[in-house]
Amino acid sequence: MTLLSEVEERAPASVPGPPLTEAHVRGVLDVVLDPELDEPITDLGFVTSVTVTEAAVEVHLRLPTSFCSPSFAYLMASDSRDEVSALLARRDDPRALVVELDDHHDSPRINAGLAADAGYRGTFGDEAEDSLDELRMVFRRKAHTAAAERCLTGLLRLDPERAVGTLGEVRLGDLPEGHDREALVRRRAALGLPVDGDAVVLVDAEGRRPDDVPMALRRARSTRISIDGNAHFCRGLLATRYPGSEGDQAPRAEEAFVPLASLTTRPHPAKEQHR
Amino acid sequence: MYTKDGEDFYIVDAHIALWDAREENQRNIHGKQFIDCFYDYHRNLSPESEVWPYEEYLYQGGERLMRDVFTDGYADHAIFQPAYLHEFYKTGFGQSEEASALASAHPDKLTYNHNFDPRNGERGLEQLHADAEKYGLKGVKLYTAEWHGDSRGWKLDDPWAYRYFEACRELGIKNIHVHKGPTIRPLDRDAFDVADVDHVATDFTDLNFIVEHVGLPRLEDFCWIATQEPNVYGGLAVAMPFIHTRPRYFAQIMGELLYWIGEDRILFSSDYAIWTPKWLVEAFVDFQIPSDMSEYAPITLEQKKKILGLNAAALYDLDVPQALRLPEADETATGPRDPSAADPDLVGAR
Repeated sequence: MTLLSEVEERAPASVPGPPLTEAHVRGVLDVVLDPELDEPITDLGFVTSVTVTEAAVEVHLRLPTSFCSPSFAYLMASDSRDEVSALLARRDDPRALVVELDDHHDSPRINAGLAADAGYRGTFGDEAEDSLDELRMVFRRKAHTAAAERCLTGLLRLDPERAVGTLGEVRLGDLPEGHDREALVRRRAALGLPVDGDAVVLVDAEGRRPDDVPMALRRARSTRISIDGNAHFCRGLLATRYPGSEGDQAPRAEEAFVPLASLTTRPHPAKEQHR
Repeated sequence: MYTKDGEDFYIVDAHIALWDAREENQRNIHGKQFIDCFYDYHRNLSPESEVWPYEEYLYQGGERLMRDVFTDGYADHAIFQPAYLHEFYKTGFGQSEEASALASAHPDKLTYNHNFDPRNGERGLEQLHADAEKYGLKGVKLYTAEWHGDSRGWKLDDPWAYRYFEACRELGIKNIHVHKGPTIRPLDRDAFDVADVDHVATDFTDLNFIVEHVGLPRLEDFCWIATQEPNVYGGLAVAMPFIHTRPRYFAQIMGELLYWIGEDRILFSSDYAIWTPKWLVEAFVDFQIPSDMSEYAPITLEQKKKILGLNAAALYDLDVPQALRLPEADETATGPRDPSAADPDLVGAR
């Protein structure tokens, strides 16, 4: 049984008929992720505006600082362009498309590249070597690591007596249904890892199981903390930079700052004996 | 010196700046974008009572710096870590002449570190020799995302950078502060990647590499590299203010750092003037890892004293009063420095 079906069923519904609205455009932008934060740009508040007129569709994007990494900025802007452009093509819609990133140190270059459909190398010239595929993969792997850690930590919370070493044996089908499992399944699918119920959860991006399970989890935890921390910082900075933009942000699903009381109710000898 | 509940803390602010971002010094739009980005960091992470008006934020001058860092800020010593940013500011962002003159006037309180850029080749090497003599350098601050003509950045393991590190070795510049920034060439790679720190730390074991803002936004990569090298340190610039806005996140950062790199390799800094040391020192002395985060051991008084000043004092041979000194922890030179600190049953918990 593949667990991916439950995700696919939740994918955006098929293209609605005319007339084209802002909501349709925002709907397809839901699949554009900030590769570093592993969240949709629509949830992060990065979509400033969507305007649909008789002649054109215009999308404006914004980021938390002028100096956000230009490669990630470009990826989000060009993915946005690709998604909206595909929407228009599916609808046989002749409208022109303008996607622009505002207020970034590389805005002129990125926007010119998007307008000319110049691609990554065409946009950045000398500064681009090959493609951003490998960069994207680095963050897909991190997102997968963090998603697996969330699931296994969830199991620990349900059963605090469980030995950490046994978490290396957990299968996808052993995980409770819910957001964390769905998120993990999606990230596994993106890496080409098996998504059936028998698949082992704690594996690297190539599907290898670790020799040292507690250490692998420890490292995975630092990855998850890093991503969660960045996500919160970037959201906060966007709200500081663009007052009111916090209203466009959806709460982060994987809340890193919840009280941990639910995790542990038993006493902790480590505290008492600490030097 | 900061005193709380009868305990004295020797304070070293390991990362401060004396900058000039006023409009007349901005070379182009990027000068404004850069200081605005800093100002948003400041506004976003400071307690409301500590937020400065924008005009004050553009330039502080020496007198105000001395007051903020020493009179009000408890620091016994502070270290300038200037960013050059010559493509954005006419006289640069960090004011070398003003800061080094201030350091000369207060040698007991201030250390001036300078910067270099390996893309300047032979000419830059000569300049580094001259600067080492002029400023009496013990350390340098390197910003790898510095723009330079058409180039948007460099890596620590570039061949030319190695020649500069060899020069540092000859010149007695032993503390290399590294600041990762967002733009680097080629853009295909992750600009925040800290893998190049690993290479230089292995090849220059007699130099200390202090990775500023503990590698954020790549904390996990930094921890993994730092745990394998005895000469890699973590500077808390930018990480510190989370103590106010995101105390639980800050607790996780501290928990991870104490586990992976240990109590002797973490350096306090305010990143003045992005933030001021007063409230950060007060908050850190009062800070404790929440008791429900049982995956981390509580942070001890001794660990706080080391982080707040003793670790940086050791790197810079500062004269710490005898009574305030502490021995190094008995931790391994590499590998997780304090695995016993974590509750093994909860090793994967958040």
